[in-house]
Amino acid sequence: MIADSSGNRIRNNILTLASLALLAAFLWLAPKYLDGYKVRIINLIAINAILGLSLNLIYGMAGMFSLGHAGFMAIGAYVSALLILTPEQKSMMWILDPIAPWLMDLHAPFYASLLMAGILAAFFGWLISLPILRLGGDYLGIATLGFSEILRILIANLTSITNGPIGLKGIPAHTSLWVSYGCLLLFLAAVIRLMKSNFGNVIRAVRDDEIAAKTMGVNTFRTKVLAFTIGCFGAGVGGALMGNIITTIDSKMFTITQTYNILMIVVIGGLGSITGSILGSVIITTMLEWLRFVENPITIGAFRMDGKPGMRMVIFSLLLVAVIIFRREGIMGMREFSWDWVLSRPAAVRNRLASGGTPKGGD
Amino acid sequence: MARLDNFSRTDEKDNVLTLSGITIHFGGLVAVDSVSMYVRRGAIAGLIGPNGAGKTTAFNVITGFYKPFSGYVEFTPPNASPMKITGLEPHKICKAGIARTFQNIRLFGNGTVLENVMTGAYVRQSGKWWMNILPIFPGAIREEREVREQAAALLERLGLARFINAHAASLPYGAQRRLEIARALATKPSFLLLDEPAAGMNPQESAELLNFIRTLRDEFDLSILLIEHDMKVVMGVCEHIWVLDDGRLIADGDSARIRSNPKVIEAYLGKEAAHA
Amino acid sequence: MALNMFLQHLINAVGLGSLYGLIAIGYTMVYGILRLINFAHGDIFMLGAYFVFFATIRYKLPWALGVIIAVAGAILSGLLVDLIAYKPLRNAPRISALISAIGVSFFIENASMVAFTAKPQAVIQPKQLVEAFSVGGVRFVPLNIIVPVISFILVGMLLWMIYRTKQGLAMRSISHDIETTRLMGVSVNRIIALTFAIGSGLAAVAGIMWALRYPKVEPLMGFTPGFKAFIAAVFGGIGSIPGAMLGGLALGFIEIMSVAFFPTLSGYKDAFAFVLLVIILLVKPTGLMGEKLEDKI
Repeated sequence: MIADSSGNRIRNNILTLASLALLAAFLWLAPKYLDGYKVRIINLIAINAILGLSLNLIYGMAGMFSLGHAGFMAIGAYVSALLILTPEQKSMMWILDPIAPWLMDLHAPFYASLLMAGILAAFFGWLISLPILRLGGDYLGIATLGFSEILRILIANLTSITNGPIGLKGIPAHTSLWVSYGCLLLFLAAVIRLMKSNFGNVIRAVRDDEIAAKTMGVNTFRTKVLAFTIGCFGAGVGGALMGNIITTIDSKMFTITQTYNILMIVVIGGLGSITGSILGSVIITTMLEWLRFVENPITIGAFRMDGKPGMRMVIFSLLLVAVIIFRREGIMGMREFSWDWVLSRPAAVRNRLASGGTPKGGD
Repeated sequence: MARLDNFSRTDEKDNVLTLSGITIHFGGLVAVDSVSMYVRRGAIAGLIGPNGAGKTTAFNVITGFYKPFSGYVEFTPPNASPMKITGLEPHKICKAGIARTFQNIRLFGNGTVLENVMTGAYVRQSGKWWMNILPIFPGAIREEREVREQAAALLERLGLARFINAHAASLPYGAQRRLEIARALATKPSFLLLDEPAAGMNPQESAELLNFIRTLRDEFDLSILLIEHDMKVVMGVCEHIWVLDDGRLIADGDSARIRSNPKVIEAYLGKEAAHA
Repeated sequence: MALNMFLQHLINAVGLGSLYGLIAIGYTMVYGILRLINFAHGDIFMLGAYFVFFATIRYKLPWALGVIIAVAGAILSGLLVDLIAYKPLRNAPRISALISAIGVSFFIENASMVAFTAKPQAVIQPKQLVEAFSVGGVRFVPLNIIVPVISFILVGMLLWMIYRTKQGLAMRSISHDIETTRLMGVSVNRIIALTFAIGSGLAAVAGIMWALRYPKVEPLMGFTPGFKAFIAAVFGGIGSIPGAMLGGLALGFIEIMSVAFFPTLSGYKDAFAFVLLVIILLVKPTGLMGEKLEDKI
């Protein structure tokens, strides 16, 4: 489309605003009527959506296979927690080693800590990307996974900064629904605008054909570094939000499993689709929680089955393999949500029924 | 070095591109052996030779993908002094004003036709990437709109308007070749390299291509160097032809001279050119 | 450091390094042929260890039989992984197969936790393998001698197979150009399966020796050694079998010696390999003995 006809654009803006109002009403009502557990899942959906979007930017849109997301989340979570914790809390917590003196009095309010979490994660992302983004494909995946693991080892050993294996406790639960969804909307709006601009075309071009992109005057290395850094910013903020909802963090929270979960969101939703990452987050987050029932003891009449810890991850991993084999493009492929598409659905279905055709193809 | 029979010093400042003593090896294999050639400003020149003669390698040297072992490439943008571009990164060479197409079409397959052309225009965009995140930079918004409109206009001029929102990979073969040229033109080059533009075309299409290439040169104020196997196209459109064989320059001149050159006939023995 | 201490560490390093090398061979062979990082390889190694544990300690079978069962079980698992998760993706983009590999690895790890529980299980070492004897002030544990000896014998046999048999020739030819090899009438899928079988078998042998060395088994025991072995394969030059062994030995040496000389760094032991990986990839991505794969323009 060169330009939407202005009537459609006004209609679409009204629809978007109405949806945002609905979302606001939902966020306002949810804590009043739902229990804390459900609210937390709704919260996690927003955080996972931020994480999914940021990985999608790196992998789906810029085509860099990164397995380092957990590491950048860890940076964000630790930066935010260390800034929020008060000197009193800090003086109580470091048992194994004394806390580094400069860290003791470092303190910042929650929002500033979120921003710092994002900025520091982005900074480390930028730093690590300079050497490793020269690698392609699977080697990049391995190098980022390696970086993420090194970071975990550092966190477990740099006791004077991270409190080592004990981790950080008593982080205030700042992440309310408003905070997490507010952050999601800001990040989402930024990613949408970026990807709709010509720079978005350039990012996708680098993914599709790096040599052709170079020939078109694109500094592909710089473009990749930028996309990677922005993605790491999102991972840092997501990690910080996560820490502020779970209130306790340690290095074991940020293993490769964490990265797999986000990878799953991106793959299920559709690599390269912003809409897909949001849908993927809703589906995967709810499913991960819902599947907990297979890990709890089940009693059906006189028959009792012991819970099996790890069972949901078994189902989960099978799902990942199945999606990759049978529906590689995920739910959305590279397509995006648009009101025009939604509003054309009823007519499309009617036409399909009228023509008596099978419900296949054509959209 | 091959003797260049009509290479006279007085004309040199009219060259848009000069290759001087370019040599490149892969492992022990010499792919291009001390090749010196030039393209006059505003000319359509051809680079021909049997398969494996080193034509595409020469293109890759000019566009910065290969670094020559010895020799240099000099490019003169319009109204500017000559610059050595040997060893520059490909994107800088594009910025200097050289664009190219590929023998085995390389489009951004997941993007639409419009997006492909817009990507080409990015190199001339002055707005910074972050200006698009917040809608508070009127200059950036205007520029984005202009890029979009100019890309659409370019597609219109190249007869691709009806494909504008189609996926690049879904286009018919001929249209894909044209789109690749449109994308190259979007970078606003002064010098265009075409790698086998007639490949896969039927005789009628390649006849049309002759006029198309001339129109391109005139409308976009270009100098063009093309690699081509279709001798009707080469003889029909090229004002000066360079012949490579086995990495060496064996002849150059206008189509009549090339046709009658015994070395060329020998290199192409049994092929169309030998009887033409 | 006294010479006898150094020798002690050296023996230790060769033992550990040859295990990394054995695992690395599986990575390097599969990568050489399919350009795929077989993420599940470390988990096959773990399965091999568990199989021998169940056969000999739970069901009291003789060790020799246990080893055969473990190797056969691992080979079968490796073949199944290829059949289910990789074969359908032969013509898909390479990264798709990689994600599938990640999924399979994740599956084997979690399924093992469900089946075997996450708790580490002790492996009872046969006495004759661990009773140390001393030669000139250097203590020798028979296990530490047997591990590298078995590893080197297996690598020797493998090299003979690769360079002296028809199957080996087919393997080398597939890694060079899979399409042409197919056109020559070679049953490519059979050879790929053979590659997985050999890699898995060697991983199982490594897993058994690993279980004896540390003496325990646990579901996640494959992750770190698997990862380090992959690094060893990259270090040696991916695709090269002697390179994989050399890389494994180098990695074992670096790990043991750095902790021996700088005991304060022991907490960071696992990080060395990753740092090494980043350095190799930057300085010489083709590794010690690898060939360059070029992009065609």
